[in-house]
Amino acid sequence: MVESIGTKRTVWLFATAVLVLVTMWMIFEWVPTERNLGVVQRALYVHVPLAWISMVAVGVVAAASLMYLITGKRRWDSIALASAETGVLAGTLMLVTGAIWAKPIWNVWWTWDAKLTTTAILWFFYVAYLMLRAFAPPGNQAYRMAAVVAVLGAVDVPIVYYAADLWRTAHPELIIGPAADSSGLTSEMGLTLLVSVVAFTSLYIYMLVDRYRVRQSELEISDLKREMRNYLYAPSTSDVPATAQSLRAAAAEPIGD
Amino acid sequence: MIKESSPGAGQPKTQTADFAVVRATGVHKAYGDAGVLTGLNLEVPRGETITIFGPNGAGKTTLLRVLGSLTRPDRGEIAINGFSLKEQAAFARSTIGVVMHSSLLYGDLTARENLRFYGKLFGLGDAEDRIETLARRLNVAHRLDDKVRDLSHGLEKRVSFVRALLHRPRLLLLDEPESGLDQNTLGIFEELLAEFRAGGGATVLVTHSLELGLALSDRIAILGGGRIVFDDRSENVTIEELPEIYRRFTGEVS
Amino acid sequence: MKISLGPVWAVAKKDLLLEVRNREIVVSILVFSGLVFIIFNFAIELTRVNRDTVGPGVLWVAFIFAAILGLNRSFIIEKDGNALEGMMLSPIGRDTILVGKTLGNLLFMLAALVVLFPVFTALFNVNVLKPEIIVIAALATVGLATTGTMFAALSVNTRAREIMLPVLFLPIAVPILIAAVEGTAQITQGGNWSEAAEWLQILAAFDIVFVIAALLTFQFLLED
Repeated sequence: MVESIGTKRTVWLFATAVLVLVTMWMIFEWVPTERNLGVVQRALYVHVPLAWISMVAVGVVAAASLMYLITGKRRWDSIALASAETGVLAGTLMLVTGAIWAKPIWNVWWTWDAKLTTTAILWFFYVAYLMLRAFAPPGNQAYRMAAVVAVLGAVDVPIVYYAADLWRTAHPELIIGPAADSSGLTSEMGLTLLVSVVAFTSLYIYMLVDRYRVRQSELEISDLKREMRNYLYAPSTSDVPATAQSLRAAAAEPIGD
Repeated sequence: MIKESSPGAGQPKTQTADFAVVRATGVHKAYGDAGVLTGLNLEVPRGETITIFGPNGAGKTTLLRVLGSLTRPDRGEIAINGFSLKEQAAFARSTIGVVMHSSLLYGDLTARENLRFYGKLFGLGDAEDRIETLARRLNVAHRLDDKVRDLSHGLEKRVSFVRALLHRPRLLLLDEPESGLDQNTLGIFEELLAEFRAGGGATVLVTHSLELGLALSDRIAILGGGRIVFDDRSENVTIEELPEIYRRFTGEVS
Repeated sequence: MKISLGPVWAVAKKDLLLEVRNREIVVSILVFSGLVFIIFNFAIELTRVNRDTVGPGVLWVAFIFAAILGLNRSFIIEKDGNALEGMMLSPIGRDTILVGKTLGNLLFMLAALVVLFPVFTALFNVNVLKPEIIVIAALATVGLATTGTMFAALSVNTRAREIMLPVLFLPIAVPILIAAVEGTAQITQGGNWSEAAEWLQILAAFDIVFVIAALLTFQFLLED
């Protein structure tokens, strides 16, 4: 059982590694350079999949949290945690690659358009979510609190986006660098992007499952520790509590029976 | 066999005539690595006072919190006065009185304002009378209009007792109630407890004082490894052998 | 969900009584907002040219930061003698307690705004005492009190609760901040209802969504 999971995992990891290598080769060697944007446009082949993963991760956190609130099953919480951590990692890399792309293209590292603003707020929100998990009191209460926060965050996203969008319209962008819109993707570019999305999704799934399993193992270890401690405390496996009578009887018995 | 006198209208049908005040079965509660309760069973009939002993961290306070419906157990069933804490928590809560380490009072309100507030939360019609009667009984009537912050620890504790008894509970949960009490207050407290028991009320008492626990209760139990490991009538145990028994189950000198 | 008004009002009234006695929350909000006004005045000099556009931002940022202090305070009071647990031991539900706390916080925030608006108007010579802005403020305060109480209740049981409340609350409250600032700015720049309509809609939508969310999730927030 354990071995078969281990094997599946190794196969998945290997496949992901191959996919990522192929993607890298496509991005850096195979795909032609975009005419208007130049070499930096290649950052998009990483940036877009990372954005996609972050989005998926946010959805998974919200769905798993809702399931936790409904069912109270610990594994849903583990899924939410695993997805949140993976999502924050992907989100951070997305913001960094986005900035790298934006500087030469837009002439700024960052701009406050609705999408970017919402992304930034979401990023902070999920960092706060992980902080809450770290600072919450131990036990089921922490899971419940985290789940509520995750669901509230998901509910807030559309409102934030709408407000930020309206705000942007109220404050039109002053200067945006040369030709931001790329002149249509060629088929090679489309294929590279597609392969990259598949590779990164596969990586996300691997990381999610791996983190989930580590989390579940942590919980199991903590269960075992607890049982062990309780056993050391009260070695009696009997469900019937002792009485003064039973203790006297036991004391009267000869030693070494 | 047992005829329950009061609980008023709107009382759910599931409550049976013959029930224990506390019935807890298979209660589990964990905080991270610490498994505080692991399949605890406890039954307390009407009119019985039970004292729970156990070393620090054995889960005595957690047990009281779980019984008082402050903390939800991870697993297990608890019914208080026949009301399941899962489905009928509000009914159960209106039959429980609790005294904890903290006063559960607002320091910046007077004792009377605090008690009135709780009277409203419990939906009492005769809160004023109850406050007066109980306060006189506990010798705090003259300080009712002082801010709780200005009361000494002993007086604050007495107000906590008034708070706990205000709504005529059928079950008292007491977490080391003797701490910080002078001899006088302790005397009053013992009398009150005796009256409460005579009126059919059940009490679960947690204390570190073996003498006090044994003297006050009908039954004593020791909590170890998250379960009740020793459970007997008080009259079967002498004060001389109790420390030995305690050590045996907890590895500690009381 | 069974929330009856009697206990809700009892909880809120208790908070009001405490506030009348020690004036902790409203005064903290006022003093802190006033200080932020002063600080902002040094950071971005408000001139005749920019005060109508920048002023509303100063007003709402100061108020939201100050509100966080008030929200934290409103639950620290509960933790003092652990009276929060006292309420949880009574037959009223967890959600009833939090609806009562929300109501109390809402009243405190409104009370603070009643003083802050004239002060702001006098200090920066930006008239915010207009019916449109008062409606914006009312809607914004409902949203802030609801979400604020949720996160304050949640943070009070965590370590580092002073940090937890703002880092959770501010990202969620961003739409309120944006809409309140922009809506107010529309009016201070001479607009009327129709210019502020979209911002009022966002505030109303936020309030509706989060009041419902609060009623559904309040029961999970307090330890039990």
